[in-house]
Amino acid sequence: MSLKLKVNNQTVQVDASGDTPLLWVLRDHLNLMGAKYGCGVGSCGACTVLVDGNAVRSCITPVSGVAGSAITTLEGLSKDGTHPLQKAWDAVDVPQCGYCQSGQMMSAAALLERTPHPTDAQIDIAMTGNLCRCGTYARIREAIHRAAGQMMPALRD
Amino acid sequence: MQLNRRHFLQLTALAGGGLALSLYEQPLAQALGAAQADGHAPGLSPRAFLGIDRSGIVTIQAKNPEIGQGIRTMLPMLIAEELDVEWSQVKVEQASLDESAYGPQFAGGSMATPINWEPLRHVGAAGRQLMISAAAKRWAVPEAECSTRAGKVLHAGSGRSLGYGELADEAATLPLPDQSMLRLKDAKDYRIVGNFTRGVDNPALMTGKPLFGIDVKVPGMLQAVYQKCPVLGGKVKSANLDRIKNMSGVRHAFIVEGTVRGGPVLESDPGLEPGIAIVADTWWQAQAARKALKVEWDTAAGSPTAAAQSSAGFATKAAELLKQPPGHTIRAYGDVDGALKSAAKVVEAEYAYPFLSHGALEPQNTTAHFKDGKVEIWTTSQAPGGGRRMVAKELGIAESDITVHLTRTGGGFGRRLMNDYMVEAAWISRTVQAPVKLVWSREDDFAHDAYRPAGWHAMKAGLDAQGKVVAWRQHMATFGEGDHAAPSAGIGPEEFPSGQVPNYFIGHTAMPLWLRTGPMRAPGVNAYAFVSQSFLDEVALAAGRDPLDVQLEILAATTVPLPETGATARRGPAEYRFHPARLAGVLQQVAEESGWRNRKRAPGTGMGIAAYSCHLGYSAQVVEVTVDANNRVRVNKVWAVADVGRQIINPSGARAQVEGSILEGISHTLLEVTLTGGKIDQSNYPQYPLVRMRQVPEMHISFRITENSPTGLGEPALPPVIPAVCNAIFAATGKRVRTLPLSRSGFTLA
Repeated sequence: MSLKLKVNNQTVQVDASGDTPLLWVLRDHLNLMGAKYGCGVGSCGACTVLVDGNAVRSCITPVSGVAGSAITTLEGLSKDGTHPLQKAWDAVDVPQCGYCQSGQMMSAAALLERTPHPTDAQIDIAMTGNLCRCGTYARIREAIHRAAGQMMPALRD
Repeated sequence: MQLNRRHFLQLTALAGGGLALSLYEQPLAQALGAAQADGHAPGLSPRAFLGIDRSGIVTIQAKNPEIGQGIRTMLPMLIAEELDVEWSQVKVEQASLDESAYGPQFAGGSMATPINWEPLRHVGAAGRQLMISAAAKRWAVPEAECSTRAGKVLHAGSGRSLGYGELADEAATLPLPDQSMLRLKDAKDYRIVGNFTRGVDNPALMTGKPLFGIDVKVPGMLQAVYQKCPVLGGKVKSANLDRIKNMSGVRHAFIVEGTVRGGPVLESDPGLEPGIAIVADTWWQAQAARKALKVEWDTAAGSPTAAAQSSAGFATKAAELLKQPPGHTIRAYGDVDGALKSAAKVVEAEYAYPFLSHGALEPQNTTAHFKDGKVEIWTTSQAPGGGRRMVAKELGIAESDITVHLTRTGGGFGRRLMNDYMVEAAWISRTVQAPVKLVWSREDDFAHDAYRPAGWHAMKAGLDAQGKVVAWRQHMATFGEGDHAAPSAGIGPEEFPSGQVPNYFIGHTAMPLWLRTGPMRAPGVNAYAFVSQSFLDEVALAAGRDPLDVQLEILAATTVPLPETGATARRGPAEYRFHPARLAGVLQQVAEESGWRNRKRAPGTGMGIAAYSCHLGYSAQVVEVTVDANNRVRVNKVWAVADVGRQIINPSGARAQVEGSILEGISHTLLEVTLTGGKIDQSNYPQYPLVRMRQVPEMHISFRITENSPTGLGEPALPPVIPAVCNAIFAATGKRVRTLPLSRSGFTLA
């Protein structure tokens, strides 16, 4: 079936069965490779994207349910790496393998939208659905603080 | 310890102007033989490590697979440092597989640093020397009057300078400098090595660019899933392929006969496993079709006893084996039985740990394009050379007809030293005569790993009246046959405290296993450290002594060397030998940094200490835990000290490896893979609870700098974490963890 989606502020038309998870529409139909497949059951968070500002596990979200919503993927933060989260992640040198980081950054984006200056405990709760097999959690926390303290007010303007 | 290898350089002009410098590393005799045979420099190849174009842009090939260990950043730093350029001038590219040009290309054994430290610095130094020679010639001044700085040659006397780009054409025509004359920088002059250097792929990672194997896309590509029998080696009796073929987007569905080559001990990669391939336009279509798949399996096709295997059965069998004398002696010296008999005190305990799965976040995948008898492959392998050999063997084609490109990889941990997914992708591509990306599901990954083997150890130690360890007897029940252990299930003659106690015995008894086993980060020692460092803690406390003192006493003893000949003879180069003083050094440092001597804590909180040496590195850790009334463990703090020689090349990457090792070690205390009816019980992350952010302790990481050649850090920091956590639990509760995961010893992680 043909679906109209709003992805990263652009309206796109895709031809996919309505029960296809959003993740695979992003990756295989729209060539947006930022969101990753990790578990397929919403447990690892590698596929996290924003749907109307909420962090959503795109691997278990049927695409038919998000037609008309604003979908933001990692690619939608900025193309040139200038978004505060992208800059913070680079400055702290967060990634090891890097595979989970797209999902981590999108969960962080959803958190900072609601809680511009989160505590460690608030970060831990917001990020608990995102698995990092390499163990970069301490740096993720540091990068979130860095983006929060210095950059998020500018982002909200 | 000094690591020196013979290597060779080759200089060529770049087609578009500039120069290219290649390096070859071969045993001398082989290299000379090659030179005599074809009359020119050995290993001649147009591939280059280092290119400098006319605009001064330096392109460095990253030779090894990047699996998250930061090697794509770290190895080029070595070249750039000695070339004496700005890191910002450097562009890093991923080399394809060509071991004749680049030397060994694999990610394993924490070997990249020791293998590449000397030769890659020589590549850079030779490039720098060429630039100096070219400039000196142009200016008609002695080379000795020229120096370099940040990608320029300088002549102090006249104040002239030339950028490397301006010299590159000329340099390409010069004879290569004599390597014995190359001067490497003094460490105090380093401007790149030793600096916090961010990952070269960060910009691409932060913006979602395709980097990983799963992101590969080639024109006309189809996507595949591959369903295998949940019992290893089981074959398809029948399947509803007609239905599957009619499903949306499905182009092909077919049975792969495959063969798992058995024998008494199964290899890590025992062949192309039988199964059913479903190939569709998109991955989700293939996966959705698989959900409608109905298969009748012959679960006994691989092994008639496979489906009778269970974790409970192995544990029962192991308990029986440990009651009997060991079937195979690995090392024995002194008189361990006599010493135990005359000891003032004897401590006995049995330890056990489970199978583990690697659980790397990026599922196994490979893209393969078979065309006209040749195959092009894009893969996440950690050992792509082995993968190419395996593809050649299974498909019956020549290795020279296989091109392998390396992608960034979403975690390795040893899993991708196996190459099953590469063979499957190549096989499917050949069958459908189209480029195919095979992506395993998470469930495939849990069901078809080469697992960290489970093991059981009966321990016995004797103490003299002063509380000194005078005898150590260890009997391991493991998998294999006779003296031949399954992959990563064998224990060697040099595990702690071998050689450091006066009377010692270690042996094993093997039982058969029909399951793939293989290396997982710090293979073997990730379990043996748990066993010996936990037991040492018990032994020390039984003697009423500080475990730190007992360990330091053991390390200070004169080493009983392995025999130089015979079955238990010492193997490997002399510079790889264990240095007890280095382990004592990290132990003393971690004790100081953690305040070990003043470790008294409130009830319910305790500290544990452990140390281990593996993969040429030395590591010690102290852990503080708090255990609540419901036996829930909170790891509060970890102090870690590692000695990997005189130079930390990239402090960001090095610390990351220790951070990752600490968290992986904590995960090891929680996880298990179990078998029922020959099938793996765990199918996805909810049944395999790796550490999450809320469980991360405070980490205090430092390095002990010693006058030794730099060595790797992917593995050495992992093993001590596990016993340090368990020893801390004992300090907090008085309950000894002798069986992992913690849930089998009555604890959970908060």
